[in-house]
Amino acid sequence: MKQAEFLNVVMPFKDKLYRLAKRLLVSKEEAEDATQEILLKLWSKNETMGEYKNVEAFAMTMTKNFCLDRLKSKQAGNLKLVHSNYTDENTSLQKQLEVEDSINWMEKIMEELPEQQKMVLQLRDVEQYDFEEICELLDMKPTAVRVTLSRARKAVRQELIKKHNYGIG
Amino acid sequence: MELGNIEKLLEKYFEATTTVEEEKMLREYFSQEDVATHLEQYRPMFNYFSMAKEERYTKQVPLKPRKDFYKWVSIAAVAVLSFGIYFGNEYRERKQAEYAYNETKKAFELLAENFGKGTEKVAYLQEFEAAKQKIYNNN
Repeated sequence: MKQAEFLNVVMPFKDKLYRLAKRLLVSKEEAEDATQEILLKLWSKNETMGEYKNVEAFAMTMTKNFCLDRLKSKQAGNLKLVHSNYTDENTSLQKQLEVEDSINWMEKIMEELPEQQKMVLQLRDVEQYDFEEICELLDMKPTAVRVTLSRARKAVRQELIKKHNYGIG
Repeated sequence: MELGNIEKLLEKYFEATTTVEEEKMLREYFSQEDVATHLEQYRPMFNYFSMAKEERYTKQVPLKPRKDFYKWVSIAAVAVLSFGIYFGNEYRERKQAEYAYNETKKAFELLAENFGKGTEKVAYLQEFEAAKQKIYNNN
């Protein structure tokens, strides 16, 4: 596979890889490194890439495994310290503060979830993958995916309700 | 979409039985300005998911891997090292040979000197022989 061809294949989903990596690793720099690493690995496999029927799924699984390994080896602890990089959109100041606040809040809630729930939420609610695709990517049974997803959503809801009742935002 | 429907969808959503399309409807509902007050609390969740999808990987796609660079550098380093060891050995061998040559030469010189002394003494012997011959001849 030539460079241009490879880029055409990879471009549509490179952001998805990055977002999944960032969901798991939290830090922007770590996620960028991970994405770069995955893309390099993919490129080194470019000879055999035609054999995979779904390169995107393959790459997503690679990203998932890579990040989980990374978390294991880093003991997770020192990674969690760096998470000061939430994006800001330019809306009016008041609105911006409000939006930013709720986004930061959501980001924190997401960070607290177990990895499995994080991944399922990321794949379904952010990237809108089908259940079958999620099963394939995470190597889980459909019922397990459903249960995890439901738990993750409920966990987020619980935190949001808690916050709403305190009237912080 | 009317409120009752949204509430039903939300219920399904938390049981994870909604379809991708239904979830899209939910995100759309929560992205608009007027959301029913009792549902307001869910707004950050759906807005966050929509926003999270906007994030981009802005770095260059690295197709010229630095791994290759390291590979070639290491090959070069090994080449230089073995070159050095090979020629270093040759140099050391030459030095050793030179040393051995010098020592041998010294030894030979010593030998030659002593031989010289030896022949000097033999000269006396020859004198004696000549004298002896004269005496024989005279008799």
